Amino acid sequence: MVAVTRRRKLNEADDPSSPVLRFEPGKPLNLDAGTLLSPFQLAYQTYGELNAARSNAILVCHALTGDQHVANTHPVTGKPGWWDVLIGPGKIIDTRRFFVICSNVIGGCLGSTGPASTNPATGKPYGLDLPVITIRDMVRAQSMLIDHFGIDRLFCVLGGSMGGMQVLEWASSHSERVFCALPIATGARHSSQNIAFHEVGRQAVMADPEWHGGKYFEVGRRPEKGLAVARMAAHITYLSEAALHRKFGRNLQDRDRLTFGFDADFQIESYLRHQGITFVDRFDANSYLYMTRSMDYFDLAADHGGRLAEAFRNSQTRFCLVSFTSDWLFPTSESREIVHALNAAGASVSFVEIETDRGHDAFLLDEPELFAAINGFLRSAARARGLDDGP
Amino acid sequence: MSVNEAPRVDLEVVARLIKPRARVLDVGCGDGSLLEFLQTDKQVDGRGMELSQRGVNECVSRGLSVIQGDADRDLGFYPDKGFDYVVLSQTLQATRNPKAVLDHLLRIGERAIVSFPNFGHWRVRLSLLLTGRMPVTRDLSYSWYDTPNIHFCTIRDFIGLCEEIGAHVESATALDGNGQTIGFSMPWAFWNVFGQQAIFLLRR
Repeated sequence: MVAVTRRRKLNEADDPSSPVLRFEPGKPLNLDAGTLLSPFQLAYQTYGELNAARSNAILVCHALTGDQHVANTHPVTGKPGWWDVLIGPGKIIDTRRFFVICSNVIGGCLGSTGPASTNPATGKPYGLDLPVITIRDMVRAQSMLIDHFGIDRLFCVLGGSMGGMQVLEWASSHSERVFCALPIATGARHSSQNIAFHEVGRQAVMADPEWHGGKYFEVGRRPEKGLAVARMAAHITYLSEAALHRKFGRNLQDRDRLTFGFDADFQIESYLRHQGITFVDRFDANSYLYMTRSMDYFDLAADHGGRLAEAFRNSQTRFCLVSFTSDWLFPTSESREIVHALNAAGASVSFVEIETDRGHDAFLLDEPELFAAINGFLRSAARARGLDDGP
Repeated sequence: MSVNEAPRVDLEVVARLIKPRARVLDVGCGDGSLLEFLQTDKQVDGRGMELSQRGVNECVSRGLSVIQGDADRDLGFYPDKGFDYVVLSQTLQATRNPKAVLDHLLRIGERAIVSFPNFGHWRVRLSLLLTGRMPVTRDLSYSWYDTPNIHFCTIRDFIGLCEEIGAHVESATALDGNGQTIGFSMPWAFWNVFGQQAIFLLRR
């Protein structure tokens, strides 16, 4: 079973179960690193139908370890899509009315070109030979996908966390192609603390002897322990202290007393180990390095002379930002800074802070207030765009 | 941020002052009633700021463009003359620095519309005179120790502030206890006694 999963995983990098758009050598991707990536490919999923006016398209941007399987069963894990609660027929983002697109980001490992993909120049996986990918590179690639669909202007671009960074980048560098933007639980830059956590994760991967300088596929190994530790550390940042305590407290795992050893005595230890182990089955370690780096490098204000408002100058896009009270990875102050910049730029902006103890991960969960805000925002935007605003 | 529970008759007066298709910022927009009315009836491009998170979330789920913010702290982030009108309805008396807030309103908007409860109303005067305690009336229903209204003023006081910061009064309306407009021919002193609420249209 494990062997099957692994084979499936390697195949997903080059030959995914999703539709793939291949850009031949004449159509390279310009990377911020200063090089061209060519050929390259994007794996994506779509839901619903594009209308005749091509005005009902919604682009969903996924987070750090997400992928294009936003509203369908995942081909590797067999689990429901990561935003299945929000997107589907009759749901808040109703695929009977909207054409929803979600692509695996460049640098990912589920079918878009990334470090696990085969480098055509060598016939081996890229590994660290792939240039460092930025959020802007991801968005540039997505815009080429949107061109492919013949869509001039997306009705909405939305996403949380790293997905929210892509939303902000879209609204800044392709403002005229975004009618409305929904960045959730995100920031206009990665804070020092966030870079610090990512560095811990990367060091865990690279300290694993099975990493082999990034060439582990070539020797038939994988740095599973390192990647699992990286995931465990990161997972803590996605939750809140209150939620952890509510869920696990100091409860013991399948035992009545402490063992005076280093087994998983506590439920929280067991839970984190499980999170680590299941993660390595579906994610490539090098891709984890690239994804975390892309977030670290993101600083929208720095790209605009240090003034965030300049990133949104003359923007006609309608914005709705959402933050969560217990999110300490992207606290409300990060969203508020974006709101102030949008105000200064004279842009149309709504901002909702949602009271919850579920931390950063709240954006992926069933949060009625989040859904009400998204629903209200999309309905009024749909009316303004001349689309059916739903029942 | 709208801290009065009284029926909002002032909103109709405010709405009459706003020209169709204008750009409007409603500071302290509460549940968004005024913005919604202005959007449907006057096709304005409306934005709101509201202190209470519950109010904001309600506005956004109603499809209004509203952010959580504090008039005392967040008005500085708006550019000069970004709006045709900035409305501050029943909120001035709850700000920490009414003078600075009013200054911002006149900077951000071509015009500012300010409505507030008149502390010079005869009912307020009588209550203090007869009971010797801080007035608690139907429209000002808080006790002194838990009221969000920390900077009450009378119509006379407000006119004084306008003169001090160089705000030109384009029009003014007072409403009596039944929400009826008091005739414009009446002198200020009369307004200051019988006006329960006042609505000013200001320009710098």
